[in-house]
Amino acid sequence: MSKHTLSVLVENRPGILARVAGLFARRGFNIHSLAVGPTEHPDVSRMTVVVDVDELPLEQVTKQLNKLINVIKIVELESSASVQRELLLVKIRADLQTRSNVLETVRLFRAKVVDVAPDAVSVEVTGNPDKLDAFLKVVEPFGIRELVQSGLVGIGRGSRSITDRALRSA
Amino acid sequence: MPGHRHGPDASAHQGETMTGAASLVRSLEAAGVEVAFGIPGGAILPLYDPLMDSTRVRHILTRHEQGAGHAAEGYAQATGRVGVCMATSGPGATNLVTPIADAYMDSVPVVAITGQVASGSIGTDAFQEADISGITIPITKHNYLVTNPADIPQTIAEAFHVAGTGRPGPVLVDVAKDALQAMTTFAWPDRIDMPGYRPVARPHGKQVREAARLLAASSRPVLYVGGGVLKARASQELRRLADVTGAPVVTTLMARGALPDSHPQHLGMPGMHGTVAAVAALQRADLIVSLGARFDDRVTGKLSTFAPGATIVHADIDPAEISKNRTADVPIVGDAKDVIAELVVAVQAEHAAGRRADLSGWWAQVEAWRETYPLGYAEPPSGEVSPQAVIQRLGQLAGPETLYVGGVGQHQMWAAQFIRYENPNTWINSGGAGTMGFAVPAAMGAKVGMPDRTVWAIDGDGCFQMTNQELATCVINDIPIKVAVINNSSLGMVRQWQTLFYNERYSNTDLHTSADGKRIPDFVKLADAYGCVGLRCESPKDVDETIEKAMSINDVPVVVDFVVHRDAMVWPMVPSGVSNDDIQFARGVSPTWDREE
Repeated sequence: MSKHTLSVLVENRPGILARVAGLFARRGFNIHSLAVGPTEHPDVSRMTVVVDVDELPLEQVTKQLNKLINVIKIVELESSASVQRELLLVKIRADLQTRSNVLETVRLFRAKVVDVAPDAVSVEVTGNPDKLDAFLKVVEPFGIRELVQSGLVGIGRGSRSITDRALRSA
Repeated sequence: MPGHRHGPDASAHQGETMTGAASLVRSLEAAGVEVAFGIPGGAILPLYDPLMDSTRVRHILTRHEQGAGHAAEGYAQATGRVGVCMATSGPGATNLVTPIADAYMDSVPVVAITGQVASGSIGTDAFQEADISGITIPITKHNYLVTNPADIPQTIAEAFHVAGTGRPGPVLVDVAKDALQAMTTFAWPDRIDMPGYRPVARPHGKQVREAARLLAASSRPVLYVGGGVLKARASQELRRLADVTGAPVVTTLMARGALPDSHPQHLGMPGMHGTVAAVAALQRADLIVSLGARFDDRVTGKLSTFAPGATIVHADIDPAEISKNRTADVPIVGDAKDVIAELVVAVQAEHAAGRRADLSGWWAQVEAWRETYPLGYAEPPSGEVSPQAVIQRLGQLAGPETLYVGGVGQHQMWAAQFIRYENPNTWINSGGAGTMGFAVPAAMGAKVGMPDRTVWAIDGDGCFQMTNQELATCVINDIPIKVAVINNSSLGMVRQWQTLFYNERYSNTDLHTSADGKRIPDFVKLADAYGCVGLRCESPKDVDETIEKAMSINDVPVVVDFVVHRDAMVWPMVPSGVSNDDIQFARGVSPTWDREE
């Protein structure tokens, strides 16, 4: 099994998230992460779905997704031809003795401190999943008190837009 | 492909102010609806008031919403048009779930309209509230929840478009009660623009030519024909393709009648209860051209051993079917009518160029299977009626113009095996879902759609007891269907599996409808109670006479209780999960395959 990132343009209608999530569940496809939000077109939302499948089931995933009436377009984002990001918020144990080491790590990863308490700092990190994993590995010894992570979002490199093309052909 | 019909005056009433309910009725008229099956209730009451005045939409009050749903399916399959059913919120709507699921599995174009509690009450667990649009997401092609009356015409137009085009299927429109009651302006859309729905693709010319090249070169081809060919109304084209290629043809349970059974190249039905010739030909083929079929497990048997030497050409209107179960070597996306027509031309071009494989060796082998292992059945003990003989005689006496509507189980398989289908769309049944109780209401819907045709429901005593309440609907609305209850006093197919795989331990399959002198209920009395004519046949010598008597009564529904031998079994059989190579021609008897090829 390998991870694939799908950008799914959908009509901005109530219930579309349930349709997509339900499809994955009932067809037995494994979702690693799912992020949904608006696009530059008010009628169109964009989902970024990371699925854990082999090549052949991936074809089934996209074909089945395409059958959902509210799905307009599906593009697989290759990691080499796209920018992919996740957002991580993490509360790290940091007392007077460890705080400077924590802050040094934050600086090295170009992360950002968003909240400070006497015995902890909250840090915002964006990056591709590998970077976030690396960051977590480094700060883990300090003690992770709480962690929340967004789904992955991605955009193709270059000047072309998948939304433009999708809506033109519609 | 069933057309999306517009009524004769789609634009009449355009711009008029009316209630949402009236707008919905106008929309159904504009969509060309002539009949709807349903039951009113609290949430959908506002719709039923203006519906009463419609001169175009005939509403038929069923006795159960499931009956309304199957009737819509029977109507749709008999006519090719979109069937319509209606129900109120909550349990009314959930009673439609089974027929909707059935229509989804068999790609039947149906629009289901349900009332919903008022929009302000949605989500509060109000009386008779059920999230029917949520419930039916997995079993509809698409569905809608309408809370704004202005959205009604557009939604109805889209619903009929989606249900009837591409791969057909059920669409549910749930309408909140307050949207039906509020005033709105009726605006029927002049065009439908759905950015995420582009159903029809032209078949790819290069793929069609590649398929033709393979067909011309193959020395052991089989045309594997599924229900998509009937949905596409492509029987003429199929016949041309069969004639041009000279290849053996098999028609699945959903495609019986797509090619006349009398056609010399027709090997019958493949699959779990298919003919030995059809099953064996697929297993030994070097090329399978699948047309509107989906490599269902009931056809392939154990998938990993299905047709091991075959190259696969898979044509389907739904791209998701291609390579879903068996990887296709040549995928073709398109409507079967287009695909087959283009395939005929391309194959002819191959032949004209002198490329045509010799099929005589293949036919010699296929004919040997046909001759050695013809369809047949064991005679029952003396004096008992053979269910297969009843169904065979029914087919012979009622003839190829009759519509046959099956329930689910042994009688369904025998009806698929022993009735000779000569015309498309004359066999209507529940294939994918296997919904017991399908026959009576579906036959009712078929008869409404085709009032001049004789419609025989071939039902079992188990199935019949699930939906026979629709006989009341038939009597009251002058829908004179005929029902042959193949009464073996048990859930016959389940009993067959208990005989074969559960050591003859008959757990909960005895229905007491004829064996041991019990008739609970007495189907003749039941028919009589409904105002139908009830007949009974318990002796082999009375079979013909009883069928003829039933055929002579055309003003009311007729129910015939054929009391048959209960240990009759459906053969051939490929047990579930077993390789098609191990098909049993009769109990414990498998063909000996020629190993030299």
